Amino acid sequence: MSTVTSNDQQGVTTPGERAKIKARTLRSDRWWIQPAVIVGALIAFIIYSTWRAFENAYYYSEPLISPFYAPCLASSCIDGSSSFTPIGSWWILSPALIILVFPLGFRMTCYYYRKSYYRSFWLSPPACAVSDSHKRYTGETRAPLILQNSHRWFFFAGLVFNVILTYDALIAFRNSEGEWGHMSVGTVVLLANATFLWMYSLSCHTARHVVGGRLKHFSAHPIRYRAWTYMSKLNAKHPRYAWISLVGVAMTDLYVRQVASGSITNFYFF
Amino acid sequence: MGLKRNFRVWRGNSEGEGALKDYEVDVLEGEVVLDVIFRIQATQATDLAVRWNCKAGKCGSCSVEINGKPTLMCMTRMNTFEENETITVTPLRTFPVTRDLVTDVSFNYAKAREVPAFTPPVGLEPGDYRMSQEDVSRSQEFRKCIECFLCQDTCHVIRDHEENKTNFAGPRVLMRVAELEMHPLDTLDRTRMAQEELGLGYCNITKCCTESCPEHIQITDNALIPLKERVVDVKYDPVKWLGNKIRVRSSND
Ligand code: SF4
Ligand code: SF4
Ligand code: FES
Ligand code: FES
Repeated sequence: MSTVTSNDQQGVTTPGERAKIKARTLRSDRWWIQPAVIVGALIAFIIYSTWRAFENAYYYSEPLISPFYAPCLASSCIDGSSSFTPIGSWWILSPALIILVFPLGFRMTCYYYRKSYYRSFWLSPPACAVSDSHKRYTGETRAPLILQNSHRWFFFAGLVFNVILTYDALIAFRNSEGEWGHMSVGTVVLLANATFLWMYSLSCHTARHVVGGRLKHFSAHPIRYRAWTYMSKLNAKHPRYAWISLVGVAMTDLYVRQVASGSITNFYFF
Repeated sequence: MGLKRNFRVWRGNSEGEGALKDYEVDVLEGEVVLDVIFRIQATQATDLAVRWNCKAGKCGSCSVEINGKPTLMCMTRMNTFEENETITVTPLRTFPVTRDLVTDVSFNYAKAREVPAFTPPVGLEPGDYRMSQEDVSRSQEFRKCIECFLCQDTCHVIRDHEENKTNFAGPRVLMRVAELEMHPLDTLDRTRMAQEELGLGYCNITKCCTESCPEHIQITDNALIPLKERVVDVKYDPVKWLGNKIRVRSSND
């Protein structure tokens, strides 16, 4: 996609056989609200997550670990936050940056987020029947956007992260001395976060395709057909899960940060 | 008669030359935009060209753009507008205009003809195969299509880029490809064709086709994205690629 230009001799305003109407759109409703809200929400998340990824502190307070730093793979990880540090000590930046590419790539190539940012950031189109004002448009036919087809790989990576974050939520059934059989607000927060992430992944279009959508012959595969039927229901709510899980990750991180920095105490139910 | 309402209707010729003309017209309780256009035609502009057939949202003839939104005139109720709102009606802005509100939508038929027809296995006799409901329900959604071409009109790929008309067939046509790809008895593989010839890659899944479809067909979610996933299967999935090299997959599964 090219940059926005003021060229108005194209598309709906193409001279020639189309009805010659000057306006880029004749829509009279407030079509710009939705893209504006999405720009605001995504920018807020980007600012928060960038700050946190580089902060390199307050991401672990036994037994809670922030999802931005899980799994923590460098030797510099806070004591106790990780038992597996294959990256070693040469990594001097924030350990969040090692793993961030996976969730980031997963969301960047997600069909729903693609729709959102193509509309609200790239303005192609900003809203339906509102001219996109790009000089040329080739969509996802060539580099770099053809790489959106890698979504499937990020999807599988996302599943690995879900397993890790579920594990992190389960080991949060311990107290700050590492004894089992305890439960705190932090446990609930981590569990909720993992659940939302699972809902997001299971409602993914790729998941729906892999589970059964790719079949031609449903009646010959009754079990996969049933799984597909169920996943299709989840899939219809994919945008909702995309937002809930995004806000969830940020909130979970914020909670862990507040606990780790001592601003709040992690309340234990038992 | 009822309330006076203000209409702006595009009047023009096949060169696209024309302008929005103002009409003040009576509107009765319960009317749709098409009724009002008829009244304008009967009382103030007897030469106003307008295409319609069923007045029931089923023939797909009365597609226009109302206040900038691609929609059916016969399904747009007057009570969805504010009483003092001026209602602007233009022809579809993606296709060549024939006259006034009538456009030439032959682009869509030409593109539809590029899709190879349903191809059952050779030698299959009538009655040899019984279709189960689960095998047809996906196609049934697509079959609700009334060929109004509002989705084709809204799609920014061709709406905003005339030059893409050569390379992009549009959501309606790609949905037909998806339908055939989901048919248990079809033996042709059109996935590569969808990507390489019909321009599926141009679609950036921004869902305007879905938003404008009067039959509420989930074009993007149920046809275009599944088709994109099929393209990934054959073109961009290394594991499947390897798998296909090692063992032959039945194309009928
Ligand atoms: S989803 Fe794709 S086909 Fe539908 S309007 Fe958007 S770009 Fe066009
Ligand atoms: S898919 Fe919907 S919008 Fe497109 S032609 Fe058919 S009925 Fe009209
Ligand atoms: S489509 Fe959104 S995660 Fe796959
Ligand atoms: S007149 Fe048939 S759809 Fe409107």
